[in-house]
Amino acid sequence: MDHTGSHAKCADAVERLYHFLDGELDEASRADVQRHLDDCLPCLEAFDFEAELRLIVARKCRDQVPEMVRVRIWKAIQSDGGAEDMSGGMLPFKETFE
Amino acid sequence: MASQATFAEQAMDHMGSLYGAALRMTRNPADAEDLLQETYLKAYRSFATFQEGTNLKAWLYRILTNTFINSYRAKKRRPELTDVEDVEDLYLYHRLGGLEAASAGRSAEEEVLERFTDDDVKAALEALPEQFRIAVLLADVEGFSYKEIAEMTEVPIGTVMSRLHRGRRALQKALFEFGMQRGLVGERD
Repeated sequence: MDHTGSHAKCADAVERLYHFLDGELDEASRADVQRHLDDCLPCLEAFDFEAELRLIVARKCRDQVPEMVRVRIWKAIQSDGGAEDMSGGMLPFKETFE
Repeated sequence: MASQATFAEQAMDHMGSLYGAALRMTRNPADAEDLLQETYLKAYRSFATFQEGTNLKAWLYRILTNTFINSYRAKKRRPELTDVEDVEDLYLYHRLGGLEAASAGRSAEEEVLERFTDDDVKAALEALPEQFRIAVLLADVEGFSYKEIAEMTEVPIGTVMSRLHRGRRALQKALFEFGMQRGLVGERD
């Protein structure tokens, strides 16, 4: 819990944490970090936390496009410079206004 | 090659995530809508340059990011911070771990994360200076690779990695501070 990465191997793993989670390590280096995580519970917990944090950030940063904005942009595209063949002008989604 | 109409329909499918990105970039719904519309018009006009079979979402993000950085933001002339303070590795984990030390269960820190609302997380991300905000947004919210982000933001991969590294740690500090202010972290019950 109070893991500070003071051991050389832990420090090395933490150094490569983001590249590891980003899938941007080469295979040898990835396997190297994975071996350390298999052996070191504190590092594994820290990595799990970072991975979880990332999932939560992604999940909590979702926004719904207001329907009026969607319609406005579709119409802007449609009326833009001689747009031909726009599915007969049909919206590719249901147009609903509350 | 797909027709312009087919292309437009496919592009519309990505509007939800592009809108979120536009909101994080501009930090303002009216500006985000304008940026989104400009992005779609540009994409529509230049759809012929899109290579079918390549990643449409990445292509749209490139136009969005480019439009924001090069034209939209320039018009605003808003002074932007260009640096973040140095924050240590595992900043949030260590703080939450310390706070939760008395509690059993190894997912205590992760439970704390769930207490953050969508607005907390959005505000923490939007608090980052622009270049860090865009890098973290493209990597952690949208899942693009270093190479894709380098292309979208027109900087070397090394710069992307540095911005991500520093931006992610600054985001952790911002989250922790929001959490403290809102009483989500800190006082133990």
